[in-house]
Amino acid sequence: MGLFHRHRQLTPYLLLAPGVLWLTVFFVVPLGVLAYQSLESGNFDVGYSFTWAWGNYWDALQNYRGQFIRSLEYAGIATLLALLLSYPVAYWIAFRGGRWKNLLLLFIVAPFFVTYLIRTLAWETILADHGFVVHTLQHLHVLGAGGRLLATSTAVVTGITYNFLPFMALPLYVSLEQIDERLLEAAQDLYASKWKAFVKVTLPLSLPGIVAGTLLTFIPAAGDFINAQLLGSPQNHMIGNVIQSKFLELTDYPAAAAMSFILMAGILAAVFLYARAVGTEQLTGTPV
Amino acid sequence: MTDALNRRELLRRAAAGGALLTVPGVLAACGGSSSKSAATSASGDKTLAKTLRFSNWTLYIDTNNKKKTHPSLAQFQKKYGTHVQYTEDINDNASYFGKIQGPLSRGQSIDRDIVVLTDNDRYLSLMIKKGWAEKLDKSAIPNMKNLVDVQLHPGFDPNRDYSLPWQSGMTGIAYNDKLTDPVLSIDDLLSNPKLKGKITVLNSMGDALTCVMLANGDDPTKVTDASFNKAFDRIKKAVDSKQIRQFTGNDYAPSLAKGDLAAAMSWSGDIAQIGNTHIHWNVPAAGGALWTDNMLIPKGGNIYTASVYMNYVYDPKVAALIEGGNPKTGDTGVYYICPVKGAREALLASDPAIAKNVLIFPTKKMLDSVKIFDSNALNNQKYLTAWQNLVSG
Repeated sequence: MGLFHRHRQLTPYLLLAPGVLWLTVFFVVPLGVLAYQSLESGNFDVGYSFTWAWGNYWDALQNYRGQFIRSLEYAGIATLLALLLSYPVAYWIAFRGGRWKNLLLLFIVAPFFVTYLIRTLAWETILADHGFVVHTLQHLHVLGAGGRLLATSTAVVTGITYNFLPFMALPLYVSLEQIDERLLEAAQDLYASKWKAFVKVTLPLSLPGIVAGTLLTFIPAAGDFINAQLLGSPQNHMIGNVIQSKFLELTDYPAAAAMSFILMAGILAAVFLYARAVGTEQLTGTPV
Repeated sequence: MTDALNRRELLRRAAAGGALLTVPGVLAACGGSSSKSAATSASGDKTLAKTLRFSNWTLYIDTNNKKKTHPSLAQFQKKYGTHVQYTEDINDNASYFGKIQGPLSRGQSIDRDIVVLTDNDRYLSLMIKKGWAEKLDKSAIPNMKNLVDVQLHPGFDPNRDYSLPWQSGMTGIAYNDKLTDPVLSIDDLLSNPKLKGKITVLNSMGDALTCVMLANGDDPTKVTDASFNKAFDRIKKAVDSKQIRQFTGNDYAPSLAKGDLAAAMSWSGDIAQIGNTHIHWNVPAAGGALWTDNMLIPKGGNIYTASVYMNYVYDPKVAALIEGGNPKTGDTGVYYICPVKGAREALLASDPAIAKNVLIFPTKKMLDSVKIFDSNALNNQKYLTAWQNLVSG
C-alpha cells in the first residue's frame, strides 16, 4: 500500500503509461522516422541523405494527384454504401433482434475470422466473368453482353465496402441499441408519424454511431491497396498501390514517405471538415 | 566467446530493433547464434554447421505431399548430418529484399545461409554490388562443373563467384483453348480485339519488356532509350485501350484456369505445375525471356556449409530428384528448368514423362529463342520509375 495513497496524483499517469508508451514506440517514433525520411534525397544505390527535400511532396502531388483523388473518392463511396447497407441491419438487430441479437452480431463479424487477403480473393470468385453474379446482371441487361465486373472500379468499391462493413455496423448497433424505446413511444403519443419519429428521435440519437462508423471505415479505406490490386485494373489503382510500389519495388523511400504524409494530411482534412459539419460533440457522444 | 549476450550487445541490438520498430529485431537479439556462425564462417572454418538456414520461394523444391517432407533435404541430412531449416518465405524479389535490406545495411546477419533471388530483377545484382553476398567456397563445390554452359558467365557475376542457379524458367504466352484460338505472338496478345480485357501482362519489367522488345525487332539484351520507349509505349497503349486487364505476379494462373482470362504473359513452370489440358504455353513467335533464380550466401551466412549444400544439389541425381520428384514414392518436383548437366539423363530412367516435357527440359530451338534481359536496364532508375508508374496506376 502506501505508494498510491501518498502519490495519489500519480495514479492517472500510471494508468496512462502503458498506452502512451505503446503509442510512442509504435506510432510517434515511426512517424518521426517517416517524416525525416520524407525530406531525404538520393537513391538506394548511393544512399539517402537529409536535405530538407520538400520537393518530394511537390513531386508526389503533381505526379499522383489522380490516385490521391481516386483514393478519397473510392473510400467516400464505399463509406456511404457501407452506411446505407449497415444502418437497416443494425437497426433491425437492435430493435427486433430479441434473443438472437448476439447470434446476429456474430454473423456480421464472422467473415472476419478469415484473413483479409482471403476474403478479398473470394470476391475474385464471386465476381468472376463466368460467375453467377455477372451472368445474372448480363441477363438483366445491367451489364452488356461482354461486360464484366472484375478489374473495374465497381469491383474495387464493392470489395472495400465489404471489407470494412463491420467497422460501420458495430458502432451503429451500439448507438442504436442504447436508444430508450420509450422516447419513440412518446414521439408517437405526440402525433409524430413513424417516419417523423425516426428522423427526429432515432437518427439524431444514433449520430455518434454514424460518425464513429464513418471514420472507422473511411480512414483505413482511403489507404487500402489490396482491393485495388486484386479486384481493379491499372486504371483503378489507389494511392496505396503507388506507395507500396515506391517503397518495395523502387526502394524510393523518400517519395513513399512523402506520399504517406500527404495521404495522412488529406484524410485529416476530410475528417476535420466532416467533424465541423456534424459537430465535434458527436465524435465523443457527449450530449448536446 | 560465449553464446550469452553481454548487456551492451543486447542494448545495441534492441536499439537497432527499436529503430526498425519490429518485434523480430528484438527477438533476433535473443537468438544470439547469428553472430557466432558469422564469426566461424569468416575465419574459413571447414566444419559443417548443425543447421543450414535456407530461404526459398514457395513450391520450389521436391515435396512428398502426403508426409509433407522434402526428400532431397532429408537425404542431405542423412549424408552430411546437417539439418536444413527450409523456409518458404520468398514471394517476390522486391518484398523479400525490402525485408532483408535493413539488417544487411547495418551489417547484421539475417539468419540465413542461402537465399534465392532472380536475375531479371534488380535485387540480385544489387546484393552483390553492395557487398551483401559472401563469396562461394568453390573448393567445396567440385560439382560446379555440371553447370550448364549458358549460365557460366552472367553479367551480374561473370565468374560465378557469388551465385549459382537454382532453377530457370521461360517467359512466354499461355492461353486457354476453351476461350480463344491459339495466341502465339505478342502482337496477337496486345492487339487482337477479341482478347480485349481478357489478357494480363507480368508486372516484372524484365519479363514483360523482353517479350515486347523481341516482338518489336529490338534486342532486349542491350536496351537503349529508343528500344525501351518503343516497348513501353506499346504496352501503355494496350493499357489505355483496356486490352490489358491487369499486371500480375503469378496470380494470373488461377484466373486463366477459371476462364476470367483468355491468355496471359506467363512463366513456363506455372503452366507445367497446373497441368490443365486446356491451358497451353508457348514461346512467343518473336521469342521470349529466360530468367534464373540464383542461390546466394547473404553476408554472415555460413559459407562452407552453404557451399557443401550447393555442391550436393549440383549432383545430377539430386538435381533430378529436385526437378522431377519420384513418381514411385509420390514425390513431386519443381518442374522448372534444371541448370544441372546430366539431370535429364538421370530422369530418363526414373521418370521419362518429366524428362521429355519441353517446359522442363526445353528443346534447343526453344532455348535459342529466349533471351536474358539487359541487367543494366534493370537498375536504370528512369526505366524503373516509368515502369512502376505504368504498372501501379
